[in-house]
Amino acid sequence: MYNGGKIIAGLIIFVGLFTFPIFYNMGKTSAMPEPKLDTPVIKQLVEKRCVESKEYMRANHMQLLDNWRDLVIREGNLVYESTGGKKYIMSLQNTCMHCHSNKKEFCDKCHNYANVKPYCWSCHIPPKENEI
Amino acid sequence: MSINRRKFLKIAGASALFGLTGASAIEELLTTNAEASVSPGPEALTAKRWAMVIDVSKIKTKEDYEKIIHACHSIHNVPDIGNKKDEVKWIWEEEYENTFPGVSDEFIPESIKHKPFLALCNHCAKPPCVRVCPTKATFKRPDGIVAMDYHRCIGCRFCMAACPFGARSFNWRDPRPFIKEKEENKEFPTRMKGVVEKCTFCSERLARGLKPACVEKSNGALVFGDLEDSNSEVRKVLSANYTIRRKPEIGSGPSVYYVIGGNEHA
Amino acid sequence: MLEKALTGSKRYWTWIFILLAIIGVGFINYLRQFDYGLGITGMSRDVSWGFYISQFTFLVGVAASAVMLVIPYYLHDFKTFGKVVILGEFLAIAAVTMCILFIFVDLGQPMRVMNVILHPTPNSILFWDAMVLNGYLFINLIVGWTTLTADRKGVPPPDWVKPLIYLSVPWAVSIHTVTAFLYAGLPGRHFWLTAVMAARFLGSAFASGPALLIILCLIVRKVSKFDPGKEAIQALGKIVTYAMFANVFLLGLEFFTAFYSQIPGHMHPFVYLYAGLDGYSKLVPLMWMSTILAIVSLIILVNPNMRRKENMLAFACVAVFISLWIDKGFGLVVGGFVPNMFERVTEYWPSLPEALITLGIWSIGFLVLTILYKIAIAVREQTASWPELH
Repeated sequence: MYNGGKIIAGLIIFVGLFTFPIFYNMGKTSAMPEPKLDTPVIKQLVEKRCVESKEYMRANHMQLLDNWRDLVIREGNLVYESTGGKKYIMSLQNTCMHCHSNKKEFCDKCHNYANVKPYCWSCHIPPKENEI
Repeated sequence: MSINRRKFLKIAGASALFGLTGASAIEELLTTNAEASVSPGPEALTAKRWAMVIDVSKIKTKEDYEKIIHACHSIHNVPDIGNKKDEVKWIWEEEYENTFPGVSDEFIPESIKHKPFLALCNHCAKPPCVRVCPTKATFKRPDGIVAMDYHRCIGCRFCMAACPFGARSFNWRDPRPFIKEKEENKEFPTRMKGVVEKCTFCSERLARGLKPACVEKSNGALVFGDLEDSNSEVRKVLSANYTIRRKPEIGSGPSVYYVIGGNEHA
Repeated sequence: MLEKALTGSKRYWTWIFILLAIIGVGFINYLRQFDYGLGITGMSRDVSWGFYISQFTFLVGVAASAVMLVIPYYLHDFKTFGKVVILGEFLAIAAVTMCILFIFVDLGQPMRVMNVILHPTPNSILFWDAMVLNGYLFINLIVGWTTLTADRKGVPPPDWVKPLIYLSVPWAVSIHTVTAFLYAGLPGRHFWLTAVMAARFLGSAFASGPALLIILCLIVRKVSKFDPGKEAIQALGKIVTYAMFANVFLLGLEFFTAFYSQIPGHMHPFVYLYAGLDGYSKLVPLMWMSTILAIVSLIILVNPNMRRKENMLAFACVAVFISLWIDKGFGLVVGGFVPNMFERVTEYWPSLPEALITLGIWSIGFLVLTILYKIAIAVREQTASWPELH
């Protein structure tokens, strides 16, 4: 092999750099995020249930919101009748954020943990948090 | 009854379109969530084709204009950037000769010559902006409204080049710092940098049973209704007055009509 | 074959590093634009397309012009172009790369660019433009690479590329036609709403592309042992001559329609560009420079004695290129927006970051071109020493 030494050294450096994040984070644990549900509106709810079950929302809220925006903007719908038969106006800013008025303690908690950066709030105005 | 080729193509196109966007969204929703369903609001105002008539003679003072424009811009969080280059506007004043280039005559009454007119999106019957959009971010609703889906807009600005009425604004920069916090409508989103925006005939208000904000604040100068309903208010005004539209020769079919009046007793 | 781009003279590497430095500056400015928004450019609500889209338009023409070599060589067996046809194909690759980059930097929401494919919209010309441009890039990559590889081995190109080569002919015409349709189908813009737009685009493309290629051939001959051939350059010169005349003729048609009909909407953009309108005249000196360069170049080109002198031809080609760049890479787009839909004039001039991003993309194009030409030349220098195979 021509330049064998150089190639092997290069390969070692490449593998080292490429796997650096794995080694760097090895053995470290980050605390599970615990989004807070203690906003005044939620506290007053008799039945503490989102538009769908907690499990469903946890797994599918992004798809639900994605569908909502098409259903409202592109197809002129407004009302969502959930599995339980309850009706909601499909609106992130006015319905979701009405209960979950604590974006920092609710949305951001998990999104930061999972390192996802949805751009919802580039347009949708979150409630003022110190007002609660 | 036979179905002609044109009609067939229309239906085929519409169902293909629906298949690509709408149906899939509902299907997806229903498969994951079998019992959920969606519907328009019970109070929603509906029409076959929404239209507006602006009776310019009824808008008299500067305050009248400002009230109408402000009603729209504040309710929709339209930023006031303060320079012409980055300007964003949905409804604004233009002089007669600028609003109707090629139509304006030299020897018309002075009162009309320098009278401000309101300019806004014409919600064309055959909108060139919709034709050119590469992502269907701007699209025509069944009720005639030319709507914007800001989530989907890639900011190519083809629609701005295509619009014959200069009705579209681009967010050349983040609009948020230019919306006064006190005037911010907390129930309506802002836009983000890099998307195109324009008047939506207040589709969000129609869905809740309310007429457009500008109409509400116009003291009857702006009339809104269904162009295809012969008993609607717009049709009554249209059959009783001579009206003009902007650039009708282009064939896009604007849905905004102007009553000029001119005399004080008009 | 790529390894051939990794060995070169000091001059070669200096050139590469200069390009990389300009690309770096452009990239930093693009990051600024990405953060701030397109407001960093000179574009406005009234002139909502500027330098980026006009560069794109101009370069689609340069890319399409490869067909002016492909047709004579492959369809008419014009052997003289045997050595330059690869240079034309590689120029097309570099030009299309720039086109795609110029579209990308012009987007307000570049992260959503895939929406064009996720929500395909056949009624939008921009959708078709994205399709044909990418297709053209792939066709030229495959054709250029395969023919060069075959050349290196001293064998004829494989049979399966032939259909692709033939396909590249109508495809080249299509990319520039579709680009013209972006403009020519908009009902409110008098300056663009003209049936000869696509024809004019092709005319100017077949002048500016081969003109650039002649200049590149002369440079290649200077810096390497590879000679594209005097005859090939002269043949290209004739193509530039005819195409430039066609282009000027088509532009003349526009002037006639606008000014003989006296329809204000048709005249205004021309008045703005060549004389100034309502006291605004930023583009007037440039447009006249374009006109003078066009006349000068035509005088040289139409005169066979002058055209045959290579330094005169080179000068004429530089004049053609600059003239058409001003006309199409600047005036064409701005003219469509002035005056605006309310008969008001808003002027446009690129901002510094906008100019630097533009320069950065041109440098990327030249980097791609340099690398591809380096490979092609290395192969040709090698095979030139195997006379028995040719």
